[in-house]
Amino acid sequence: MSYTGTFRIWRGDADGGALADFRVEVNEGEVVLDVLHRLQATQTPDLAVRWNCKAGKCGSCSAEINGKPRLLCMTRMSVFERDDVVTVTPMRTFPVIRDLVTDVSFNYAKAREIPSFTPPADLAPGEYRMAQVDVNRSQEFRKCIECYLCQDTCHVVRDHEENKESFAGPRFLMRIAELEMHPLDVADRVPAAQEEHGLGRCNITKCCTDVCPEGIKITDNALIPMKERVADQRYDPLVWLGRTISRRRG
Amino acid sequence: MTTTARDTDGRGVGGRGVDSPGRAAIEARTLRSDRWWLPPLATTVGLLIFIGYATVRTFQQKYFFADERYLTPFYSPCVSLGCASEPGAAHFGMFLPDHPLIPYAALSLPFLLLFRLTCYYYRKAYYRSFALAPAACAVPEPHATYHGETRFPLVLQNVHRYFFYAALVIAVINTYDAIVAFRHPTDGFVVGVGNLVLLVNVVLLWCYTASCHSCRHVMGGRLTHFSKHPVRYRLWTWVSALNTRHATFAWITLGTLILTDLYVALVASGTITDLRLVG
Amino acid sequence: MTEIERHDYDVLVIGAGGAGLRAAIEARERGLRTAIVCKSLFGKAHTVMAEGGCAAAMGNANENDSWQVHFRDTMRGGKFLNNWRMAELHAQEAPDRVWELETYGALFDRTKDGRISQRHFGGHTYPRLAHVGDRTGLELLRTMQQRIVALQQDDFAETGDYEARLRVFAECTVTELLKDPAAGPDGAVAGALGYWRESGRLVVFSAPAVVLATGGIGKSFQVTSNSWEYTGDGHALALRAGADLVDMEFVQFHPTGMVWPPSVKGILVTEGVRGDGGVLKNSDGKRFMFDYVPDVFKGQYAQTEDEADRWYEDQENNRRTPDLLPRDEVARAINTEVKEGRGSPHGGVYLDIASRMKPEEIKRRLPSMYHQFKELADVDITAEPMEVGPTCHYVMGGIQVDPDSGQSRVPGLFAAGECAGGMHGSNRLGGNSLSDLLVFGRRAGLGAADYVVGLERRPAVRAEDVDAAAVLTLAPFDAPEDRADDTGRAENPYTLHAELQRMMNDLVGIIRTESEVADAQRRLGELRARVRQVFVEGHRQYNPGWHLALDLRNMLMVSEAVAASALLRTESRGGHTREDHPGLDPEWRHRVLVTRCARDGADGLETEQVVPRVVVEPAERVPMRADLLALFDLAELEKYYTDAELAEHPGRPADPGRPADPVGGTA
Repeated sequence: MSYTGTFRIWRGDADGGALADFRVEVNEGEVVLDVLHRLQATQTPDLAVRWNCKAGKCGSCSAEINGKPRLLCMTRMSVFERDDVVTVTPMRTFPVIRDLVTDVSFNYAKAREIPSFTPPADLAPGEYRMAQVDVNRSQEFRKCIECYLCQDTCHVVRDHEENKESFAGPRFLMRIAELEMHPLDVADRVPAAQEEHGLGRCNITKCCTDVCPEGIKITDNALIPMKERVADQRYDPLVWLGRTISRRRG
Repeated sequence: MTTTARDTDGRGVGGRGVDSPGRAAIEARTLRSDRWWLPPLATTVGLLIFIGYATVRTFQQKYFFADERYLTPFYSPCVSLGCASEPGAAHFGMFLPDHPLIPYAALSLPFLLLFRLTCYYYRKAYYRSFALAPAACAVPEPHATYHGETRFPLVLQNVHRYFFYAALVIAVINTYDAIVAFRHPTDGFVVGVGNLVLLVNVVLLWCYTASCHSCRHVMGGRLTHFSKHPVRYRLWTWVSALNTRHATFAWITLGTLILTDLYVALVASGTITDLRLVG
Repeated sequence: MTEIERHDYDVLVIGAGGAGLRAAIEARERGLRTAIVCKSLFGKAHTVMAEGGCAAAMGNANENDSWQVHFRDTMRGGKFLNNWRMAELHAQEAPDRVWELETYGALFDRTKDGRISQRHFGGHTYPRLAHVGDRTGLELLRTMQQRIVALQQDDFAETGDYEARLRVFAECTVTELLKDPAAGPDGAVAGALGYWRESGRLVVFSAPAVVLATGGIGKSFQVTSNSWEYTGDGHALALRAGADLVDMEFVQFHPTGMVWPPSVKGILVTEGVRGDGGVLKNSDGKRFMFDYVPDVFKGQYAQTEDEADRWYEDQENNRRTPDLLPRDEVARAINTEVKEGRGSPHGGVYLDIASRMKPEEIKRRLPSMYHQFKELADVDITAEPMEVGPTCHYVMGGIQVDPDSGQSRVPGLFAAGECAGGMHGSNRLGGNSLSDLLVFGRRAGLGAADYVVGLERRPAVRAEDVDAAAVLTLAPFDAPEDRADDTGRAENPYTLHAELQRMMNDLVGIIRTESEVADAQRRLGELRARVRQVFVEGHRQYNPGWHLALDLRNMLMVSEAVAASALLRTESRGGHTREDHPGLDPEWRHRVLVTRCARDGADGLETEQVVPRVVVEPAERVPMRADLLALFDLAELEKYYTDAELAEHPGRPADPGRPADPVGGTA
């Protein structure tokens, strides 16, 4: 059931690079990452690929296959025809390091900008009580494997390098939503979501949801509910009117 | 294998987006090999058809009331003095001046338009198809700068909720229209095909309205502790289930609005006759 | 070797899985400047693969649970080979460690009254596993990752620098530990040398305390559930630094891993498939497990298919199916079926649930299994049987440490998690791994902090050691013909790795015999010679061939430790099965096999730099404290202990000459 497939793989580094064609054996039941490993073992021992668990659970092997952000270990060869050329490139939103490996430090920097879980001051360990219905929403977001495919596909930063400073990206706006909906988090995260983390830049075109390998409904369950909470606080005409009046009095 | 170096063909220093300095140097703006342009194209065509049809019908100012009981949703509530041309069409009085540029349902249409214009689904649809921001995932958008919904006028998208409230009121009016249409001024209780058309239309309008993201938020999404509000949690669960089909309802109701209006117009113009099922 | 990047920390943690992060949190909270070095990106460690849960006797699901019950379960699971002090600390402290995670923001599944839900698992008397669906490991790791970010935010608020006291060096591999021989009779740890995977540049860490938390060794085996990182780095670094390993013969093979298709080879099929009605069949379609019920279990398991099938409905009046025999029994049976030619086309057997249950029922009961196979392998388990076979899952053996502080015999060298040995004895219970890494991760961090605070003089890194380590690290780039002991031949690291994996799988795998293990040792000797000739192409920037070449050194060392230990232990127990010595031998229970690095000249072996030789010797285990021993019935202990060991047990009739010890007395 083996055949020889054609792979077009981007090779290079920050100084430049190009797509190179390879003919490589493909066997039944394999995923793209299997084929890249065969390339490493037989033709290109120094082909740089980041990977880890190979089971879709760690989110290391993010790349773009035929132009779409995907996990290499979760893309089965059976979705292609035998004579398809499979094009593999690094993620195009982050700086490239070498071949298929990119510098994803942007995401770690953004993670640090989100204030951490803030429990009530007087609650001792072991005394936490939470209802399952209250943790369901945040648990969905905590399924995130941090593959950063949502960050990669989001046009706000993919197409506009200058927005990287002011935009946390779907993964970290979702982190804010996770904490905002955490039943025991006492911090108010709504104003900062809009003012510091760029929630307003999201135009809910849902590419983050489309590429999420965990199937998290990022847009519907995290981003839009956050936008609604912002609307509660800032764009509710009645609230605005009340604030304006009280400010004048003050 | 030719190597694409930086600083040629406008890359490097001058590049933006996927051509920004430091990113992998790939000539193609997108390597997507599927027909990614099809969904935005279909969306554009679909929306343009609706806009064209709705504009024509809104300003046509006739064929909006059929068989003395079917009022098309495009003319509901009929509050223009011009509604007098069709006795029985105005359920809530007539007070707006009759003018060719003032729709007969001028009280409701702007809100319905804004409700759909600021709807989270339609925003996605027209940002992708009209604004090409982005046309499809991982396909570069053509704009040099991007601010999203942070500035005027797009910052006004945030008031979607108030148009939702208005849409609720209008949905009630449409429901009223559909119910009173079962009463013929002379024949009493009747059921015609037109009744079923109005009924299906209004049920789907409710589905679209109730599946709105703002509705989901107001019903219970804003709560942190569902466990303390069991009734609102139940409501939120229902709306959430509908909400997953919000886009579907958005398209279905565009279709049913056109079909309903067309049916009323065809009956009103005498092109076809409404089939009586009961009475 | 000029211009090497240098960093100075109080505590250096190697490995960013659960144990490493918990150690780092503890060291930083004690005010020490702490660095974490990890081979992958931050937050990708193998801990994310843990599914079932984290065992802790919180008593939320059954209030009869207590640390004593958990302790007993753990000792039984390990067939009384466990380091009892570790098992005691583990059972006592696990609940606090889990509750602590909630203060970091963890969201476990809840009970009706809002506490942490606990689930049943094999070997645990009560429902004990705190869990989040089937992604508990991810929750633990992400929670501690976020705790580290929180600590960095505190430092930022105070100093303006996120990394003032806690820094993560991601995609950085440590290749050698550095010692200061002048610091005491055994020397002391002084730091480590590593390289950035991204750039290939070398980096030297000076640190008086190093915590090893590098995980397991599964990548030495062909079929494994482990990720590429599991190359036994911590085990090998510790050996080379002078520390000992214990129990290296005990490697847990899970009986049901996928064998086909290749994309999922080794990935676990949860025991829940069999628990819910899935049965094992050979290529003849026969449910072969009925032929493999060993004598000691006769009477406890069903003897006919009818009875086994009734057991799923009525567990009171029927005996359970032999498909649910202990893991080692099932794995052995599968192995025999395959060897005798009744295996599936890809060298496994069939695990069939499709013919036993309606598709909707399978999807409802085993959603993650259904999803896993559909997504990863395009296999519909509701329509076709799975092909399964044993897969290397966990190493019970590891670095010998002081149970309370996590310190090895080398001053300043600590270890925690899978790379530390002793806690699980000969076999680990499901759920005890996540709790292990929390309890002993914290203790190692604490031990390292106390050690550093108590130091009078910081050990110093010697320049010549850095140079020597750097030469070894860069050696794979040297042209083979330029090397001192050259044969001119260049070896490909991928080829050597594949050969090692195949050999370990075939000869030192789940079933072992003297002749095969001896053969393995001979072949390891050949591989050792060939590893010296490894040559990698390309340059140092993110070069996976080079990375593998360096990992190979560690895999070979650890493989030798496993093979040598497996040869010596002439009994079968837990994760070590000798076909030529099939039974438990109480004389082996009180002995531990200790692996150490061969000393120059002293062991009659030639000095070897690239892959130093190892020596395995038996030693006596420390007897269990009397109050802990008293937690078990004498009848149970008699199955495992020698008569002599139990002579003074309070349950034994008192020796006419002397009074019996009081129950619960301390030794």
